[in-house]
Amino acid sequence: MSKKKIGDVILDVKNISLGFGGVKALTDISFNVKEHEIRAIIGPNGAGKSSMLNCINGVYTPQQGSITFRGQEFKHMDSHQVATMGIGRTFQNLALFKGMSVLDNIMSGRNLKIKSNILMQALRIGPAEREEIMHREAVERIIDFLEIQAYRKTPVGQLPYGLQKRVDLGRALAMEPQVLLLDEPMAGMNVEEKQDMCRFVLDVNDEFGTTVVLIEHDMGVVMDISDRVVVLDYGKKIGDGTPDEVRNNEDVISAYLGTSH
Amino acid sequence: MAFFLETLLGGLMAGMLYSLVALGFVLIFKASGVFNFAQGAMVLFAALAMARFAEWVPLYLGIEDPIIGNVLAFIGAGGVMFCVAWVIERLVLRHLVNQEGTTLLMATLGITYFMEGLGQTIFGSSIYKIDIGMPKDPVMILESTFEGGIMINKEDFYAAIIAAALVALLSVFFQKTATGRALRAVADDHQAAQSIGIPLNRIWVIVWCVAGVVALVAGMIWGSKLGVQFSLTTVALRALPVVILGGLTSVPGAIVGGLIIGVGEKLSEVYLGPYVGGGIEIWFAYVLALGFLLIRPQGLFGEKIIDRV
Repeated sequence: MSKKKIGDVILDVKNISLGFGGVKALTDISFNVKEHEIRAIIGPNGAGKSSMLNCINGVYTPQQGSITFRGQEFKHMDSHQVATMGIGRTFQNLALFKGMSVLDNIMSGRNLKIKSNILMQALRIGPAEREEIMHREAVERIIDFLEIQAYRKTPVGQLPYGLQKRVDLGRALAMEPQVLLLDEPMAGMNVEEKQDMCRFVLDVNDEFGTTVVLIEHDMGVVMDISDRVVVLDYGKKIGDGTPDEVRNNEDVISAYLGTSH
Repeated sequence: MAFFLETLLGGLMAGMLYSLVALGFVLIFKASGVFNFAQGAMVLFAALAMARFAEWVPLYLGIEDPIIGNVLAFIGAGGVMFCVAWVIERLVLRHLVNQEGTTLLMATLGITYFMEGLGQTIFGSSIYKIDIGMPKDPVMILESTFEGGIMINKEDFYAAIIAAALVALLSVFFQKTATGRALRAVADDHQAAQSIGIPLNRIWVIVWCVAGVVALVAGMIWGSKLGVQFSLTTVALRALPVVILGGLTSVPGAIVGGLIIGVGEKLSEVYLGPYVGGGIEIWFAYVLALGFLLIRPQGLFGEKIIDRV
C-alpha cells in the first residue's frame, strides 16, 4: 500500500450540540478531518452518527457549535450550498432517482459543473454539445471505476441493493467533491459486497485524493480502512484516534461489548 | 368514409387541445412530484391576463396593430405567470420541502381557490374575448377523393399545430438538457437532489414558470374558442382523464392520451350516441379513465412503480 500524504485540517467541527425537542442527539462534539485522510465515525445504533453527518451536510442546523470547511465557517447552510462548496454525500437509505437510468443518475451529479444555459443545451449549440460530451466522458470513467458498465441504461430502481449503493457513490463522485461523506456505505451488504465497497472507498481516496468521512457501525470494516476514528455513544464523543488507540480505549470497549461489573 | 374521417380528424384536433392542458399537469408532476390541482386556475388566470392586456395595450399604449398588440399581451401575460411561479415558490413550496405528496396536493388546492379569486379581482369577472386572429371558417379538403370532401375547422387545426410544436419543444427540454435532468431528479428525491447541488428553489420556479407558459398557451387557445370566463377552469377537469390514460409522468403520454380521448369522444358520440340517447361525449372520457385505472394504474406511458418489500 502506497504511503499517502495527509494534509492539514480541512473540516473542523467544534462543540456541536443538536437536539430535537427533548431528545439530545449530539452533545458537545468536536473533531477534525485532515485533507486526504479516511476518517470514520463509528458507534452503536442511535449514537448520533447520522445526525453528525447531516449537520455537516447542512440538513440539520446544530443549536450550538461551529463547522469550518477550508477556513470558512458555515451557518444556516442548506444541502445545496454545502454541495457547492465541494462536499458530496451518499445516503444510508438509498436516495437515488429511481425512475432514471444509472447514466442519468450519475450525470445528474455533474449538475454543478454544467455551465451552458438551458437554451444552448436544448439547441445543442457547439459549446453546450462539447460540454455535454466532456461530462459524459467523466461519467463514463466513474462507471468504469465502479464496474457498472453493464447497467448503464437500466433504471436504478431495478438494480439489486449492492449495485444501487455503487450508483449512489458514483453520483456523489461525479461532483468531484473535496470531501465525501459516506453514510453507512456497507450497511446490509454481504461479505463480498462489503469488500468491493471497501476497495472502492480506498481507491477513491488513493486515486483522486478525496477526503472521506465514513459512518459505520460495523467496527471490523472500519478499522481496516480508516486513518483515524471518532467513536460516538449516546450523542457523546467517547473516543478519537487511530484504529489501534480506539480499539484499546476502555470506554469504547464497554460501549460495544457492555461493561462487566 | 368521408364522414368517418371527418369525425376522426375532428377528434384528433380536439384531443390535441386536451393534451395541452394535460401537459401542465404532467410537467409539474414530473418535475416536483406534486399533482398540481391549480392547473385549471392557472389556465384561467393566464387567459384573463392575456385577454385584458390585449384590451389595455391599444388603450394605454396607443398601439393599434393587432399582431404587435397580441404579442405584447402574450409577453405581459407570460411575465405575470413568471411572477405567479416565483410567488408560489417563495410563499408556499419553499416551506414544504421534503413533505409528503398529500401535503403538497392540499397546498395546490389552496392555491387554486386563491388564484381564482385573485385573477377575477385583478382582471375582472366578466366574459372577455381573446382574438389572436385565428380563422374561424372551416375549409373543405380532399374534395376530389370524397364526394363533398372533408370539413376541417381551421381554428382547431392551427391550435393542434401550436400544441404539437409546444410538446416537441418540451420533450427536448426534458430529455436532452441538463436542466431537464435536474428537474427529473428533483421529482424523484428532494434530499438527494439537494445533496448533489441542485438548487430546489430555482428548479421549482423554472417548473412552475414552464407550466405557467403552457397554461397561458392553453388559456389563449381555449379562450379564443370559448371566450375567457370562469368556466375555463373546468377545462382542467377534462384533462384529468387524459393524464390518467397517458400516465402522470410522461409528456408523450399526455399527447397520446389526449388524442385517444378526443377521438374516442367524437366517435362514440357519433356512432354509439344514437343507441343510448346521446350525451356520451360528456362522460366517455371518465369511464375510459376508470377502466384504465383498473387495468393499468400507471397509465399507458407512466413509469412502472417498482417497490422493494
